[in-house]
Amino acid sequence: MTVEAWLESACADAERRGMPELKPMLETLARALQSLRDADVPFAHPAVHGGSDDAAEAV
Amino acid sequence: MATSLPSDLCRAAELVQARELTSVQLTTACLERIAARNEALRAFITVMTDQALADAARADGEIAAGHYRGALHGIPVSIKDLVDVAGTPTTSGSAVAPRHPAHDAPVVRNLRRAGAVIIGKTNLHEFAYGTTSDETAYGAVRHPQDPSRSPGGSSGGAAVSIVEGMAMGALGTDTGGSIRIPSAVCGIVGLKPTHGEISCEEVVPLSTTLDHVGPMARSVRDCAALFFAMRDGEAVPAAAPAKTEPVWLGIPRGYLFEKLDDDVRELFERTRSTLEQAGHAISNVDIPLVERTADVYLHIVLPESAWYHGPLLDAEGGKYSPGVRRRIELGRYVLAEDYLRALHARDALRRHVDNAIKGLDALLLPTLPIGAPPIGANSVRVGPGSEPVRAIMLRLTQLFDITGHPAIALPCGIGKDGFPRSVQLVGHRGGTERLLDVAAALEAQIAGGSGSVGGGVG
Repeated sequence: MTVEAWLESACADAERRGMPELKPMLETLARALQSLRDADVPFAHPAVHGGSDDAAEAV
Repeated sequence: MATSLPSDLCRAAELVQARELTSVQLTTACLERIAARNEALRAFITVMTDQALADAARADGEIAAGHYRGALHGIPVSIKDLVDVAGTPTTSGSAVAPRHPAHDAPVVRNLRRAGAVIIGKTNLHEFAYGTTSDETAYGAVRHPQDPSRSPGGSSGGAAVSIVEGMAMGALGTDTGGSIRIPSAVCGIVGLKPTHGEISCEEVVPLSTTLDHVGPMARSVRDCAALFFAMRDGEAVPAAAPAKTEPVWLGIPRGYLFEKLDDDVRELFERTRSTLEQAGHAISNVDIPLVERTADVYLHIVLPESAWYHGPLLDAEGGKYSPGVRRRIELGRYVLAEDYLRALHARDALRRHVDNAIKGLDALLLPTLPIGAPPIGANSVRVGPGSEPVRAIMLRLTQLFDITGHPAIALPCGIGKDGFPRSVQLVGHRGGTERLLDVAAALEAQIAGGSGSVGGGVG
């Protein structure tokens, strides 16, 4: 799921549950999520560029 | 008339051991301080007057009979009200229905085995989910110097109990900085040990991956006695401060120094200069990816807190403080994939901190970028900009909850606003005892070399 799709889905759910006050917090969390995902390479995620061949083949 | 107290735990222990002071006298003095100040400061949720006095009398009897158990025997200690103590409710600072434990948590059992007198349960940021101790069902905890200011959190009541002489030692918990932050704000010493070193069993969890239990007190020596008791059930004899041999320190410049108020920056540099002049070797070190710390932290603490609180939210959501509830609800939206991504990143950050500290005795950096924040403030000025209170207060401490390295907060002087500032020393994983030795060796230099900024209140 992309960060955009996640945010849209989460905001819709918060609205449905009667907690629209969560939306700005979800937007902040979305920025943190994008930042975390952008760091897959430097954090040596095993299935992205720079990971081991074995890990990539296992997916 | 109020009974006067010795200045610190180890001094009190010496007097108790020598039978120049009884545990009953000491405990009575602490209870008098609680009676005099707790209504204003809201440090304690539960005061265990009768049991504490009975335990103190028993300790006096044992000591008189020649059965002295060590530095905590007969010493009043406060317990953060997130930790089970038999026969008292564990409120977690919340209006949500409390736990009613029949047994002590193992860490409390250890303190009792070392002879400690449990004097009461301290107030906190609700469920330890905050840095200011003002979101609590038992009234905002107030800074002893100024009731309009926060003592920090989440172990705010624990810190106030020490500053005010309501207890000689305190048990706190630290998930993002909750021992070190209030210790910094209140000008005391707080130790977060290596992750897993002190039992978190029967402690209400915030984040099982990040939670730590540890001591808060007036000195490193006091914290050491409490640490050994919490870990082993046995307080080592109160040792004299270690002799000052040159130590090797690394300063992780960069991200961790970008947002500091002027007083923190000035007092930190004075501390560094004092330590260099004393002959210690100080170099700059790099921690790769440290700028991702908050992203990793959020993606661990949010889902883990949602796991524990989910059933409680569904049953009693309306009883939570609004801010705490929002943070927990947020955790329900974190995808499993991203939680595991953060756990993987945690391993990398841990290796990076291991590498940064390699060949050194400890890392040295500020504990907190600011002094005591106003109660209820959402943001504070830091240098030219405004920063959210919660994020700025966690900024320098949460990394070491993620990586599990031991860290100790030490007072380093007083800012122009009259409130304390603090530095932290970070040790090797599994090296908490060594960190305590280093901290004991540097404590007087750190406290004595810095003084106050611009003639601030001492």
